[in-house]
Amino acid sequence: MSYSDADAHHGDHDHHGPAPGLMRWVTTTNHKDIGTLYLWFSLIMFFIGGGMALIIRAELWAPGIQIVDPMFFNSMTTMHAIVMIFGVVMPAFVGLANWMIPMMLGAPDMALPRLNNWSFWIMPFAFTIMLSTLFMDSGGPAGGWTMYPPLVLQMGDSFAYVIFAIHFMGISSVMGSINIVATIFNMRAPGMTLMQMPMFVWTWLITAFLLIATIPVFAGAVTMLLTDRFFETSFFSAAGGGDPVMYQHIFWFFGHPEVYILILPAFGIISHIIPTFSRKQLFGYDSMVYATASIAFLSFIVWAHHMFTTGMPLAAELFFMFSTMMISVPTGVKVFNWVSTMWRGSMTFETPMLFAIGFVIMFTIGGLSGLMLAITPADIQYHDTYFVVAHFHYVLVPGAIYSLMAACYFWIPKWTGNMYDEKLGRMHFWISTIFVNVLFFPMHFVGLAGMPRRIPDYSLQFADWNAIATIGAFGFGFSQLMFVYIIFKCIKGGEKATGEVWEGARGLEWTVDSPAPYHTFEDSPTITPETITR
Amino acid sequence: MRFGIIRWMLLGLVATALPSVALADWGALNMTEGVTDISRRVYGLHMAIFYICCIIGALVFGVMFYSIFKHRKSQGAVAADFHESTTVEIVWTVVPLVILIAMAIPAARVLIKMEDFTDSEMSIKITGYQWRWQYEYLDEGIAFYSQLHPEHNAARQMDSGVDLETIENYLSEVDKPLVVPVGKKIRFLHTAADVIHSWWVPALSVKKDANPGFINENWALIEEPGIYRGKCTELCGRDHGFMPVVVHAVPQEEYDQWVAEQQEQMAANDLQKDRQWSKEELIAQGEMVYGANCMGCHQAQGQGIPGMFPAIAGSAVATGDVSTHVQTVLMGVADTSMAAYGSKLSDTDLAAVITYQRNAFGNDLGDTVQPYQMKSLRQGLLQSNAVLDQFDLTGGVN
Repeated sequence: MSYSDADAHHGDHDHHGPAPGLMRWVTTTNHKDIGTLYLWFSLIMFFIGGGMALIIRAELWAPGIQIVDPMFFNSMTTMHAIVMIFGVVMPAFVGLANWMIPMMLGAPDMALPRLNNWSFWIMPFAFTIMLSTLFMDSGGPAGGWTMYPPLVLQMGDSFAYVIFAIHFMGISSVMGSINIVATIFNMRAPGMTLMQMPMFVWTWLITAFLLIATIPVFAGAVTMLLTDRFFETSFFSAAGGGDPVMYQHIFWFFGHPEVYILILPAFGIISHIIPTFSRKQLFGYDSMVYATASIAFLSFIVWAHHMFTTGMPLAAELFFMFSTMMISVPTGVKVFNWVSTMWRGSMTFETPMLFAIGFVIMFTIGGLSGLMLAITPADIQYHDTYFVVAHFHYVLVPGAIYSLMAACYFWIPKWTGNMYDEKLGRMHFWISTIFVNVLFFPMHFVGLAGMPRRIPDYSLQFADWNAIATIGAFGFGFSQLMFVYIIFKCIKGGEKATGEVWEGARGLEWTVDSPAPYHTFEDSPTITPETITR
Repeated sequence: MRFGIIRWMLLGLVATALPSVALADWGALNMTEGVTDISRRVYGLHMAIFYICCIIGALVFGVMFYSIFKHRKSQGAVAADFHESTTVEIVWTVVPLVILIAMAIPAARVLIKMEDFTDSEMSIKITGYQWRWQYEYLDEGIAFYSQLHPEHNAARQMDSGVDLETIENYLSEVDKPLVVPVGKKIRFLHTAADVIHSWWVPALSVKKDANPGFINENWALIEEPGIYRGKCTELCGRDHGFMPVVVHAVPQEEYDQWVAEQQEQMAANDLQKDRQWSKEELIAQGEMVYGANCMGCHQAQGQGIPGMFPAIAGSAVATGDVSTHVQTVLMGVADTSMAAYGSKLSDTDLAAVITYQRNAFGNDLGDTVQPYQMKSLRQGLLQSNAVLDQFDLTGGVN
């Protein structure tokens, strides 16, 4: 609280405020500006990826091929995944990290501000290249986001653009991660120990290590695809002594930690929101940190559970079944801790809390179907069906995406200085929650009943549930326009937010004014029990 | 606002539950129990883990909703001050661990049984192609292709105008099903010729990837005669959704009879290969072969899809030198989805489809290729392209 005064004092000098005009955004090295850029980028990509999802669902509205050629349909499923994973969830988390981590640590900015600018500005170019392949003669990538050879090698020359774009997304992610690690290790306010850091910082620290460890592996795998396609190597072709399944091992060594990259920061966000609106400290801080680290470690030794049908030896199948089941233990600990935090709290249900509770419930549903998928003999029936589609959409949409919505509602008063429209926010939550379940829940049924994934047309017994899912998809998709409206409305004005914003808020970010001044914590704050979230 | 939230929540619950109200009318809901010992065990595991998940979910959400309703500020709740307990952390680490171990043991048992290939009584090699299956009965010397039934194939084209309700088992019917005996432990060997496919029959609980250049195996012992339908479950390109699997499980006597018929049929086909075919015969046969193999990409009028699949109408290959045309069809085009049909089609079908392509779509060249000529064309290509023998030019069926 005393720091808002200090910042106001700095404001008087205003010795380096934002540059005027468009160049502010191009040349900025300010963590808040870059955070904002990431968040806007992610929101735009969310609607592009969502549009693709609606094309998919529109084609699946009824049996038969009505709207798009099967090849384009495959392009849509592939691009939808690439956009949503690399263009929406990851940049949004990086944006939140940029905005919040320095403020949570009492740091003036990120450790490497110019690198920060660069790691953002690579993204729009990478995605322009990626999306432009859809307009090329040989079409966009249509072999699935997992890009299994040999299928992906059948793609035309636009394949090179796809690989190039992926490399740049990877470079951006690795640079962003290095920056986050450097910031967390070097920029904490004096006296703040690692075990006093806010959970969002902890989860991002671990996520950043996952990214640094796995993105280069992915880069290696796609480069091997590139040379197989254009330079006559045969890493993945049996005819030249290679093995297509080897690609899957390398890919999923990246791919499985990647799914935790998409969810660990969400765990951090939820661990802030639930204590705030329960007016009670997070239950089991230490165990939350250890659970996050355990999940990260386990994520490196479970990759082949994506490959139970590829013909692995029995010993490997048993190992990956057991290690996968193990993951549910630390994940369970997290859910139990959240519920215990709510227990005997003094709860109110503002929009961020609603999204956080929605997250805990629906992420848990996705987690439980994940436990079902871990049972290898059953997985052989579930694998590559809509059951899997239902599973990972439950953890990613009402999971990761809900955590992002919750984070936006939670922190937007700090960003803009205005409260958002609470009534509309709650409406947004309820409408989204109804439709997201109408969309994804029936997928469990058709998957169990035998509908494979990635197909543009299906047998008639799946027709009714698919029609329902399509209704859910359009409802969910269009209700996100509400979110955009609420954001714009909040930026334009609204009830003025206090520095603390929420009654139960704890942590350094709430000790500065709302909106947060362009530069915060130019003088390090003093760490007191009140400013520590744990 | 107190009633507001509850009202919204109830509304949400009702609307979420709405789709499941008329459950009875919505057949496709759960995994099939199947018709093998393994599939029943898998179903048992599936239901066991499902119920465990339901119980865990009910407990966690129960506690949570109790808290949501009781510990609200609007109800006058004051926040308690506890925020850690090593004991409960240990309890909720150990209890799930015990549940997991209890679940892992039966799961491992079933898995070990699934991977036990000993004592199999017959072997069928299954090769995935874009987009069909080849079945080879290794002991009986029977081999044939199985693909989406032509009627279904026509109906599934864009704007086909066909009422799909009139087509029985839409997308789950093939021109020639796999026929197997019941009561025998059948070993399936899986491989692929182009990209990865995956052969899945839910009722047998059998799903295995077909990796090009490698052979995977699994097995089934079917207990009840019947027709069991499945799909390709690994994305394999444009027509991934259109390569169903149909298995006819029949009693042993019926199976033996079927084997005898097949062997007779194959002998008859051998004779067909050596006779002189008329141009009309070849074109009629070729049109069928084209519809089943080429039309997916090159389209009904041979116009192709610009940028993706080249046209045949007026193309340099189909109107030029016949040996180039034969070579393209036999060996495919590297790094494209144009597959090598030399190992997929019989000499008769190859001759017919090449003749058809050279005389249809306004190509009107008037020349023919005879089935018996294909043999020497294969040989000629082999000599001029010794390296290309990996394409199995001599391995045509029939």
